Amino acid sequence: MPGGDAEPPAGLAARRVGWETIILSWFALPASLLAALLLGAVMMLLLSVNPISGYHALFDGAFVGSYALGASAARAGPLLFVGVGICISFRASMFNIGGEGQLAMGGLASAATALALPGLPSFVLIPLVLLAGAAGGAGWGAIPGAFKAYFNVNEILSTIMLNLVAVQLMNYLLAGPLVDTTQNSTFGLIPETRLLPHSSWLPILIPGTQLNLGVLIAVLVAGASYVLLWHTGLGFRLRAVGMSREASNYAGIKVKRTMVLAMTLSGAMCGMGGAMLVFGSLAHRMVTDGSLTGFTGSDGFNGIVVALFGGLSPLWSIVSSFLFGGLLTGGDALQVATGVPPDLVTTLEGLVVVFVVSLEYMRRRARASSLAPASSASRDGG
Amino acid sequence: MAHFFTYAVLTSTVAAAIALSSSFLFAALGETMGQRSGVINLGVDGIMLLSAFATYFTALKTGDLLYAVLAGAGVGLVMGFVTAFISVTLKAEQGISGIGVYLFGLGLSDLLFLRLVGTPLPISQLSPIGIPLLDRIPAVGAMFFRQTILVYLAFLLVPVFTFVLNRTTYGLKIRAAGENPSAADTVGISVARIRWSTVLIGCTMAGLAGAALLLYDGIFMENLTQSEGFIAVALVYFGAWRPLGVMGGSVLYGLAIAVVLSWKSLGIIPLSASDLAATAPAVITVLTLLLVARRFRQPAVLGKPYERGD
Repeated sequence: MPGGDAEPPAGLAARRVGWETIILSWFALPASLLAALLLGAVMMLLLSVNPISGYHALFDGAFVGSYALGASAARAGPLLFVGVGICISFRASMFNIGGEGQLAMGGLASAATALALPGLPSFVLIPLVLLAGAAGGAGWGAIPGAFKAYFNVNEILSTIMLNLVAVQLMNYLLAGPLVDTTQNSTFGLIPETRLLPHSSWLPILIPGTQLNLGVLIAVLVAGASYVLLWHTGLGFRLRAVGMSREASNYAGIKVKRTMVLAMTLSGAMCGMGGAMLVFGSLAHRMVTDGSLTGFTGSDGFNGIVVALFGGLSPLWSIVSSFLFGGLLTGGDALQVATGVPPDLVTTLEGLVVVFVVSLEYMRRRARASSLAPASSASRDGG
Repeated sequence: MAHFFTYAVLTSTVAAAIALSSSFLFAALGETMGQRSGVINLGVDGIMLLSAFATYFTALKTGDLLYAVLAGAGVGLVMGFVTAFISVTLKAEQGISGIGVYLFGLGLSDLLFLRLVGTPLPISQLSPIGIPLLDRIPAVGAMFFRQTILVYLAFLLVPVFTFVLNRTTYGLKIRAAGENPSAADTVGISVARIRWSTVLIGCTMAGLAGAALLLYDGIFMENLTQSEGFIAVALVYFGAWRPLGVMGGSVLYGLAIAVVLSWKSLGIIPLSASDLAATAPAVITVLTLLLVARRFRQPAVLGKPYERGD
């Protein structure tokens, strides 16, 4: 940080702060990942695993060969949907931690739709199930949004609570009303729906890989969300409310309605992610193992990491989702090669989040002081 | 339903509720301290997971439960230094950094468990201690006075925390840091130091919560807490930032879980609907958050890092 005993000449201070801003802006995110990977290497060393062979296996499993790349892209799809949803809500300063619940509700709504309308052709059914997923997630996101806007209920807590409600509701439905009763029940029924109609499956784009249409749709949705956020009036209002609710109110923006909308849109994105988890899966059923993350694979949280690492930009989230989709896919290869459980990737994600938000403050401060008169630039050294 | 309202079932359900509530209580009391000083720590669940693993591993290796509890609290304290550095010194966005700490704890606890232990072996649990004379009281004794030392500790800390917050200079400084940090700064209170201290206390308590949960269950598994740490944060709101209110919320939550478990084992609710019944506590919490938000005011600068000249 700038500072020191003697005050440097004004121009020099300004230039130095300027460099700091640039370095922090452009290198903060890669540096966060690098730092997390380094700490991960230390952990592997402590667990007496060679970190080089560990990471080698991880990256091979994630990014080498068309099969791995396809699997990583398929894994990235739901992450991108959630990530884009997080971008929208966080940009409006609504901290949607409810991705898990919105994924579950989106998955349920889309699976129920497909089961109810099995006769429809693909080009009708696939858009329909995605819309159903969006609607399911949107509804589940709107509740905490309205609670926040109209009753000032902390949305972080309400979304986390609604995650628990949604996931347990899903576990109930998948084990009860929606369960596939035709399965061989010697050991009790697996909580899963029956095989979904073939016309609802997301088609594979490149034969021999897992890359399906959902990935393409996720990328298109990310592009559309970028346009929405930066090139429409609605996007401007969302971001304005995120910057300052008071100023937005003063400017005549309907702040409460915008807050609810932010959460609704965010939920809709996550809900589509839930639909992709169902129709882009290899099983082509909606299935859980009864635990909190059995269906979602923690993607409600992984998506937060994607969005933060993508600088809360839907476009950068495309890159970021592929990166984390790859890491999550490579986690299995890591386990096969070295015996280190894939939980290492979750640990790394946690570190990335911590580093990104910690650096964000420094970046903000560097930018603020480079904008301020040079004489005040060195004040914060004390 | 009739066999629920029998002496044995009712007393054992309440006793289980009290025992179950202790981990919520530890975590939520600690979180109360932090929040009253203006810091919201959402990493509680991750810290509880790491502490629960530390407790489990120590108990497995040494067989000494005192060391095990100390290890749990110690891990909480270490995570407290990390959390305070991120939230107070680096002034990170607390809602999000807490999610980072959560993911870190979730991943690392299971990583260490699978790598260092592998096959889950049960450990010896804390034995209940009867309070002389009190444990002889019919019904009440069996419900409240045959608990483990950690349960007593959790409930004893309620009056302690109430006293510290309301009747000591330190408590006054905590509240000042959470209500009007610039005024506190003006009269020479170091807001950063106060917040560091409350976060360290809070995280150590989260560590004790993890230890209490682990010793209640007697075994570690992936995501052992099942979001208990997040619920504990919500319980602070539930209790309107007062230790006594937090205790009420914790007991209610423990009761809800114990009743669902008891009904499930008695067959009052079918096994298939147990997932549905398990949503009850979270639904109650959301509705309470709604009520509390209208009735009570949260600490004025909750979640906002303090910067001079703001």
